[in-house]
Amino acid sequence: MGKRAAAIVGLTEWAPKRVWDEPMFTMEACARLAAEVLADAEVEKGEVDGLVINGLRESPMFAPSALAEFLGIRSNFNEVVDLGGATPAGMVWRAAAAIEVGICETVLVFTPSVPAPPQPGANGGPMKMKMGAYMGGEVWGSPQGQFEIPAGLVAATPSFAMAAQRYMAAYGVSEETLAKVAVDSRYNAQANPLAVFYGKPITIDDVMSSRYVADPLKLLEIVMPCYGGSAVLVTTAERAARGLHRPVYVSGYGEHLTHKSITYAPDIVDTPIRLAADRAFEMAGVTRDAVDMASMYDCYTITVLLTIEDAGFCPKGQGGRFIDEHSLRYDGDWPLNTHGGQLGMGQAGLGGGMSHITEAVRQVQGRAGERQVPDCNIAYANGTGGMLAEQVALILEGA
Amino acid sequence: MVHFSSDGRPLPTPTPITAPYFEGLLERRLVLQRCPRHGYFFYPRGRCPVCLGDDWEWGELSGRGTVYSFTVDRAGHDPALASRIPFAIALVDLDEGPRLVGNMVDCDVGDITVGMAVEAAYEDVDDTTLLGFRPVG
Repeated sequence: MGKRAAAIVGLTEWAPKRVWDEPMFTMEACARLAAEVLADAEVEKGEVDGLVINGLRESPMFAPSALAEFLGIRSNFNEVVDLGGATPAGMVWRAAAAIEVGICETVLVFTPSVPAPPQPGANGGPMKMKMGAYMGGEVWGSPQGQFEIPAGLVAATPSFAMAAQRYMAAYGVSEETLAKVAVDSRYNAQANPLAVFYGKPITIDDVMSSRYVADPLKLLEIVMPCYGGSAVLVTTAERAARGLHRPVYVSGYGEHLTHKSITYAPDIVDTPIRLAADRAFEMAGVTRDAVDMASMYDCYTITVLLTIEDAGFCPKGQGGRFIDEHSLRYDGDWPLNTHGGQLGMGQAGLGGGMSHITEAVRQVQGRAGERQVPDCNIAYANGTGGMLAEQVALILEGA
Repeated sequence: MVHFSSDGRPLPTPTPITAPYFEGLLERRLVLQRCPRHGYFFYPRGRCPVCLGDDWEWGELSGRGTVYSFTVDRAGHDPALASRIPFAIALVDLDEGPRLVGNMVDCDVGDITVGMAVEAAYEDVDDTTLLGFRPVG
């Protein structure tokens, strides 16, 4: 049996939107998310003694203390997590581990991604746009700024496209098989009113006829960047047992990374997911067969294929066959990303990665509505950060 | 760190430790550090990424290698390079071992394949020389 020290007991999630009508400071967003997630779990603010964030726009330094001050929380565990798309999964296991060692009892985990109110006199301008794609590589001394950026290897899509290109050469998966991941995700999004593509199903032909963005990846294989936000509440098993919802134990977890730029990945089609997932399953004492639903980080279709293989759900090189032979729909034989994934729901910054966790929690708690997977007790959820770089795997089990 | 060319391209700003590499490119030579125990490594840094030894020496490579993977940027992911699309970015495994990144030149982007044999190509942009690759044979 895996870990039973800490459980997720509440969640809140805002519908991802391309345009955000209500600009908010990050601290204000956290306050609203905190109020919502505490209400969802029926936990009092005074019980919170831990904060996990990715950063705070209004206080780049001393971020946790600035947020504790803003929220009026006396906090014993304060963590800033920097793992790209794997950040939310990394946040959740850190919160669970902190609870297990006994340094804190109830932790708020935040992933807000909303625009700030316009700053008087500020001009973001073209340079700010340009630097966004560089993801920190523009600073003095950065290897990425000297070697990757001048070659045009910026943003994320070209890196994942190279993984797809290498995979296709090595194992021969078809573009149609990759397209099926996007189609099944979009099907699931039709049962999720929060999804940015709710009411907009697509077909294989739609994906195949969408334009190439970075060969071999096409537009409909790539997430839609959105605004949004989410939060979860993690607490002790004892407190969770007195909660409103079925406790969802963080029963196993693993994390692994080796590189920032994909140039230096040891093998771009054998990803760090493998070691993270192996550790998570071993810690949980759970076999792959026992998983009732999977929530896999899906910035691109290729990410899902690589994750299915490297997380151990099928042998290396068989991911294409696995996708062809299984329905990845919420009502299919291998429910995956039942909320639509980021491909169907939209990628609300780090809220995109958190959506895989909130959905797994909903499913295990039996509150996934129309898309509920029957008898869902064990979920696999993971996050992929950067250029197939940061990897975090979680096993989430109902009490 | 990057700076921008007169026509807006991002260019590398060498550091004290990477300068010999970029000086080599100016002379049409590919020079990398070689650890006596673990061979050539890329990118330049003060210590070998395998053993953290600092007894490396600079050495000149053949510039030959094979395409490990590649993509064609058709969208202009860097707005500063939008006028150059479509252009190909390749990861190249050098014959001497290290993998590095560069643009493919002197070929149609539709003709590039994984495993293709390539050689170093040098492109002058203002006072900088960038390393790229072209097909051989």
